[in-house]
Amino acid sequence: MRPAFSLIVFTTLSGLGFGLAAIIGLGLITAPTAFWWMVYNGVALALIGAGVVSSTMHLGHPERAWRAMTQWRSSWLSREGVLAALTTILLFGFAVDGYMTGAPNFGLGVAVAILSLITIWCTAMIYASLKTVSRWFHPLTPFMFVGYALAGGLIAAVSMDAMANGTASVLTQPALLALLSAAIVALIWSKQAGAEGSGSTPESATGLGALGSVRMLMPPHSEENWLQHEMGFVVARKHADTLRKISLGLAIVLPGVALLAAASSPVALVLAALIHIAGVMVSRWLFFAEAKHTVTLYYGQRH
Amino acid sequence: MTDMPPPSDVKLGLVIDLDICVGCQACVVNCKEWNTAGYGAPLSDVNAYGDNPVGSWLNRVHTFEAGTGKDARVVHFPKSCLHCEDAPCVPVCPTGASYKRAEDGIVLVNEDWCIGCGLCAWSCPYGAREMDPAEGVMKKCTLCVDRIYNETLDEEDQIPACVRTCPTSARHFGDLGDPNSDVSKLVAERGGFDLMPEQDTKPVNKYLPPRPRPAEVKDDGPVDLVALANGQSDNGSGFWSWLDKTLDRLQ
Repeated sequence: MRPAFSLIVFTTLSGLGFGLAAIIGLGLITAPTAFWWMVYNGVALALIGAGVVSSTMHLGHPERAWRAMTQWRSSWLSREGVLAALTTILLFGFAVDGYMTGAPNFGLGVAVAILSLITIWCTAMIYASLKTVSRWFHPLTPFMFVGYALAGGLIAAVSMDAMANGTASVLTQPALLALLSAAIVALIWSKQAGAEGSGSTPESATGLGALGSVRMLMPPHSEENWLQHEMGFVVARKHADTLRKISLGLAIVLPGVALLAAASSPVALVLAALIHIAGVMVSRWLFFAEAKHTVTLYYGQRH
Repeated sequence: MTDMPPPSDVKLGLVIDLDICVGCQACVVNCKEWNTAGYGAPLSDVNAYGDNPVGSWLNRVHTFEAGTGKDARVVHFPKSCLHCEDAPCVPVCPTGASYKRAEDGIVLVNEDWCIGCGLCAWSCPYGAREMDPAEGVMKKCTLCVDRIYNETLDEEDQIPACVRTCPTSARHFGDLGDPNSDVSKLVAERGGFDLMPEQDTKPVNKYLPPRPRPAEVKDDGPVDLVALANGQSDNGSGFWSWLDKTLDRLQ
């Protein structure tokens, strides 16, 4: 599958934003002043907003994006849209209410946290529900998304906490644990997902298996078509293992080292958060680039 | 709502005979011709006369080689939307633009609602949907819904463009929900099959397999083409051979 930059940015930033929203909603980081309270919430809202804007850039008709809210009964993409909007509105209300009253509303915060996690889950299910892409069609796919989102949210929270309070955050240990969990889930997912293939072959795709093995003799067109461009992405698969190491190094190892060695240095922690984002983006790039779609069976590929 | 309608009694679809398709691409061209001026936005091409032309097509003919050695077969393989009973492209649509008609099972896209997210194309195992490069909406086979019910057309034209144009009658159109229809009988007779049944989409369109070869294929070994071209074939007999030799002698 073609790694569209808009979707890499969308899943990475909105995941991180909702992960951070969950931590703020649960009251796990404390703001020393009203200013920092708005910074915390502002960063979460900005990350979510950047992700959503990026996702609409993927559309052929962004001006009709509101229609995507209507089919929540059947479509994971629609559910994601509805929940993202609802959660963002609640987070905004939670932020403003906390600013006005000086005390975060506990019930509203818990609602934000729960809805944030469900939103991340829905984002992942857009991919995990596609039977045509065996790499994505795996029960661990949503856990992998949630794992990265919570780890990223915690790193962002720890760095802002250290910045606001001038000391190491109490969330430093949980952030390390979240990084470790995210790494474990990501590694298991990477090993298992799609390992058994889609179950489809050029023989089943053409129904010609009774005659023997099936090979493409001529493609239907002389030039690459949209299907091949969108779903037949093969560039750089040979570098997959190297890129996976780079992604784990950036997303997990370096931020982990920063949390262990420089837990009270806001500069190091903000840097760690940015490096983490870069690492998750590399892993999302691989998420698309390594995924094989059954349509490629009609274009000479065998999975 | 993009919930699937209950299975319809009428299941309009195509039956494609892989035994007699010659891969002439006439169905591809006539499909593009009809649908660029019919239902929805035109089927656009970008850079049509340049180095790297791209465009949206609703029907494409692949060519495969199946089997090995003497038994290998070349099979031309037309592919368009299969109008699946459990069409995965319908429930994934976030806007309700992608829908399956309750009355005849045709899967269509309401192009005024389509946001061009492309998720339906990802969910289709067969590659039956293509994003229009100019319009930014999803295009797919409509089963020529604007022909088959169009009473202003002559009766013989009230079938999909691809079926109408096929010079070998490799494509058939009809109601596969009716066991007594011609297409259903054809499928039963010839052992029609589904593409990728393991994807659980229950395609309505069926494919007919290439017929088995005759038990004995006469094979006299390779022909000496050079000798044939030089007119030095030794196997000649009969009047023309006699004339040939006589004229040779007269030289």
